Amino acid sequence: MVDKLKQQLSKRPDILTINKIIPPDCRVLDLGCGNGVFLKLLELEKNVRGLGIELSQDKIMESIATGISVIHGDLNNKLDFADDYSFDYVVVSNTLQEVKRPDHLLQEVVRVGKKALVSFINFANIKTRSQLFLKGTMPESKNLPYHWYDTPNIHLATIRDFRDLCSSLNIKIIKEIPLGKNNFLAKSLPNLFAANCVFEITKLEK
Amino acid sequence: MSDNLVKPENFLFGESEKDALELDCGKKLHSVNIRYETYGELSPDGTNAVLIQHALSGDAHVSGKHAPDDKKSGWWDEMIGPGKYLDTNKYFVVCSNVIGGCAGSTGPRSINPKTGKLYNMDFPVITIADMVRAQKRLMEHLKIKKWLSIVGGSMGGMQALEWAIDYPDLMESVIPIATTARLSPQAIAFDWVGRQAILADSNWHDGNYSEGDTQKGLSIARMLAHITYLSDESMKNKFGRELQDSPSYSFAFKRDFTVESYLEYQGQRFTERFDANSYLYITRATDYFDISAKADGDLAKALEPVKCHFLVVSFSSDWLFPASQSEDLVKALLKNQCEVSYCEVQSSYGHDAFLLEVDTLGKMISDFLHNRQEAVRGR
Repeated sequence: MVDKLKQQLSKRPDILTINKIIPPDCRVLDLGCGNGVFLKLLELEKNVRGLGIELSQDKIMESIATGISVIHGDLNNKLDFADDYSFDYVVVSNTLQEVKRPDHLLQEVVRVGKKALVSFINFANIKTRSQLFLKGTMPESKNLPYHWYDTPNIHLATIRDFRDLCSSLNIKIIKEIPLGKNNFLAKSLPNLFAANCVFEITKLEK
Repeated sequence: MSDNLVKPENFLFGESEKDALELDCGKKLHSVNIRYETYGELSPDGTNAVLIQHALSGDAHVSGKHAPDDKKSGWWDEMIGPGKYLDTNKYFVVCSNVIGGCAGSTGPRSINPKTGKLYNMDFPVITIADMVRAQKRLMEHLKIKKWLSIVGGSMGGMQALEWAIDYPDLMESVIPIATTARLSPQAIAFDWVGRQAILADSNWHDGNYSEGDTQKGLSIARMLAHITYLSDESMKNKFGRELQDSPSYSFAFKRDFTVESYLEYQGQRFTERFDANSYLYITRATDYFDISAKADGDLAKALEPVKCHFLVVSFSSDWLFPASQSEDLVKALLKNQCEVSYCEVQSSYGHDAFLLEVDTLGKMISDFLHNRQEAVRGR
């Protein structure tokens, strides 16, 4: 079962990276949990108590079939169902760019979670840059399979942008794990060579 | 496939003073009959029992037919039966008529054992908790140790919630659908007007009407209530401004519009199967329903005893029990660290959606129950 779930997640290196960080027996909130497979994996492999938030009715139904707890919710709203620090980890994998105000969501994320794991597509990646630079069109790729006019990704950002936002929101970056085809390059020059990046963050106490 | 035939059963208790059913109002109910139906078989490990709770006007006949030539099947037949979403080849399904009802269980039109006459308005005012207390007796009678799930829509959902608080060890899960943890002032207001229509009916005779009397008041109450079960959109889709009999207005006050004709029909048909006094008692029970009352209005505190898993479902166009009321319930459960899933199903059917969105609801219930049973059996 665990192997089957991992197989389903094999095309999501960011989730597999997040999976390695989350310790056993903790409470995890997955924002935009999709079909719930990741939370199910955490539950089976690490005895994690999970809760997913999902907007799409179809995905909620898939999550129920997967067998996780899932709540219908819109990430454009406050996470007012959750008390401060009521989760050990909040997971936001490739979702931040779809909300109206990523800054508002991030503040909520570090409020309800002791720590958060955020992954997103790095728009400053060389492939994206070169499409914009050489072709002069909005980049499209395997990670960005949409046209500029129909994309749900309304707030794409770069690794550097994210660092700046964290700093301005008083959020501490605990760990930064750039992911790319060429691991050496992605680690040396993340903003240029990482396709995706996982950040472990927490609220900086004043 | 042969008809799924079912036989209604009766369970009588409370003959002795000690065995009588204690009610929230302080009185006791003697000689209580519970009309119920069961489907499928209780598994040897006892992990497959599912209790279905009916809504205000429902009854114990949830699935199948009583006789092969019955015109209609049970009220949730599309959902429940062999090979259906709630598969009775797999689950042991129980459904009982609420006390105060008029479909076989003891209610205001039952004989009062003390007088030998109909209770009518001498029937004690009952609550949702009283209905559940009576059902608990049925559970003991059927030798069910623990429900895999308690499923109910509308008033049925209220009973499911009441069960989870009053008997937290007796179920693995509850599925409250299109319901609320406390009846809203708006819903109380509709109940009030409905009851006023019954009380104002000159044939009602303080509840002592005889069998053949017309029940105009009840039909008006039903027409009013029926509007609250639909939505603006579903009424537009279903009726528009269509005229029923004539191509032009009558310029009188007889019914012109299809919607008027529909309501008249629904009201009339309701009086053929439902009782005016039961309507008074059951709507009153829902008015008094507020699980937070015992905890000074703190819903989370009231839900503290709860141990089971929840699947809460609401419908986007339900304005009688709007999604926001389900969300309040979900938030309170989450505050208590309960395991809860919640979906607001997109539907234009209004409150009635819980009976009409069978495929969406059915898949959710079926998958949820399957996973719950797997979890129980894996323990």
